[in-house]
Amino acid sequence: MGLKSNLHSLKEKYRGTKMAPAFNALHTFLYAPNETTHSGSHIRVVDDLKRTMNTVIMALVPCLIFGMFNAGYQHHLALGEIGRADGFFSAIFWSWDNLVIGLWKVLPLVIVSYGVGLAIEFLFAVIKGHEVEEGYLVTGMLVPLIVPIDTPLWMLGVAVAFGVVIGKEVFGGTGMNILNPALTIRAFLFFAYPTWMSGDKVWVHGAVARDKAIAAGQNVDAISGETVLGSLAQNHEPSYSVAEMFFGMIPGSVGETSTMLILLGALFLIFTKIGSWRIIVSTVAGALTMGLIFNFVVAQGWISESSKFFGLMNTTWWHHLLIGGFAFGAVYMATDPVTGSQTNIGKWYYGFFIGFISILIRVFNPAYPEGVMLAILLMNVFAPTIDHYVVQGNVKKRMKRLKVKTA
Amino acid sequence: MGLLSKKDTKLITDPLADNNPITIQVLGICSALAITAELKASIVMAISVFFVLGIGNVVISLLRNVIPSKIRIIVQLVVVAALVIIVDQVLKAFAYELSKTLSVFVGLIITNCIIMGRFEAFALGNGPWRSFLDGIGNAAGYGLILIIVGFFRELLGSGTLLGFPVLGNPIPGEQTGLYALGYENNGFMLLSPMALIVVGIIIWIQRSRNKDLIED
Repeated sequence: MGLKSNLHSLKEKYRGTKMAPAFNALHTFLYAPNETTHSGSHIRVVDDLKRTMNTVIMALVPCLIFGMFNAGYQHHLALGEIGRADGFFSAIFWSWDNLVIGLWKVLPLVIVSYGVGLAIEFLFAVIKGHEVEEGYLVTGMLVPLIVPIDTPLWMLGVAVAFGVVIGKEVFGGTGMNILNPALTIRAFLFFAYPTWMSGDKVWVHGAVARDKAIAAGQNVDAISGETVLGSLAQNHEPSYSVAEMFFGMIPGSVGETSTMLILLGALFLIFTKIGSWRIIVSTVAGALTMGLIFNFVVAQGWISESSKFFGLMNTTWWHHLLIGGFAFGAVYMATDPVTGSQTNIGKWYYGFFIGFISILIRVFNPAYPEGVMLAILLMNVFAPTIDHYVVQGNVKKRMKRLKVKTA
Repeated sequence: MGLLSKKDTKLITDPLADNNPITIQVLGICSALAITAELKASIVMAISVFFVLGIGNVVISLLRNVIPSKIRIIVQLVVVAALVIIVDQVLKAFAYELSKTLSVFVGLIITNCIIMGRFEAFALGNGPWRSFLDGIGNAAGYGLILIIVGFFRELLGSGTLLGFPVLGNPIPGEQTGLYALGYENNGFMLLSPMALIVVGIIIWIQRSRNKDLIED
């Protein structure tokens, strides 16, 4: 309790001064305040919206830090300046050089995401005359983690503006949105600027610039940074080991690569009861089911090796959890309490279909070898319908019971 | 007193804003989404509907006392179909490329709800002059939205207006204008969902300027 009482006394000391909000914010960020209410209800839960948001951000921080190191690592690796890291704690990976590149490339993404998003939140709060809502805190952190490292900043700004206005504010702001705002932003980027969101050039910093240099006639080697999914979609065997996929030392969007850290984040979210374990478990189950079905199809010989779907179909069923953005989506996006199903039974269906459809899209969509974004957006739309039928089913069951009793 | 009485003027001006067929009555959305990726196509579509609705309304109005009400829909369809075929043939003769862009949507003017809606709601109960004004008013309201949507979709989606590159040259290696600064066209603007969103934004702006238009 030492830190807490210290913070409390600091807060008391600065009460009424200009610095007070800073200490207040720090205090409420870390602990529930000691103040008691003077009127109205006296028992309140401490996990308000702000605390919920902060918890998710804390769960995201490891992914962010890993993403920064990975950005530099992939860059230097592709340039041939360093060798492959041989384990999670390899000094090649956790080097100062890698972090510098990561900071240089990732921090601007974070700043633009928060800057544009919060500016719009403030604008709408002023126009509509309500308090600024904390709703953008998590979205603002998710967005830089799910875009490719070389995304131009102005594109990100435009997409954030679109996603916050069309994805959230038109529905009435935080808590009223139908679609996950972070995924709306990513979907906008994907459909508006597909060349920056797919292919083998955007996942490693420097590849696009190198391409331009080659086009301008310079004599340098092209960098290819194909994602695991990208190479599987072209029936190439990916050149990464399972351990590398699990640790996340593979090209991909900034924060989505490390399944291990996402798993830690998931445990943290489940432990703090912020993320629904039902959704996470059922999403994974759905993905595994679809993976097994595809493996079965391959084992039965129903699909020829020359088929363009063979590479992804033949992927060992549980590898689907390690590659692409599946793990990130399942843990941080599908569990969004606003856009997901609200009923416990509904959550099982909701999650299962997300996993199921993710892998389905992943395998059968030739232009875009990743399905989790579209699957979650699709199920966001269906979540209220699922809830409706769960509730109605319950009503029916109880009405029947009532009839039996009265009869 | 000018050419038109106050009441007649309202027939033309109302559909342009407060009773717009697309943004208020939400009719004719289908073609508005499908053909507005280029400004030129939007303008041609607007003119086609202007022609069909203006003349069609007059014809129906003249026939209104002789059409048996049981078969009036069929009669209306025949009138629209005849006019649409004229438009279609003219386009094929004088603007073949454009008629390919518009493809089936010229033919589908027949089923454009604005046209049947005006026939039913107005031409069957009013004289030819007023029906004509109502027809061109509604067609202008429809065309206005089409042109606004087409303007933004072509400008932001292709960087051109009526085919002229207004934002510079986007070809890699020889970019000029905005493209030299790193700007890129927004491919989403060329897809139909974005047309729906643009129409939605127009509806949003219109209703926030005039609170009377907001339904509960």
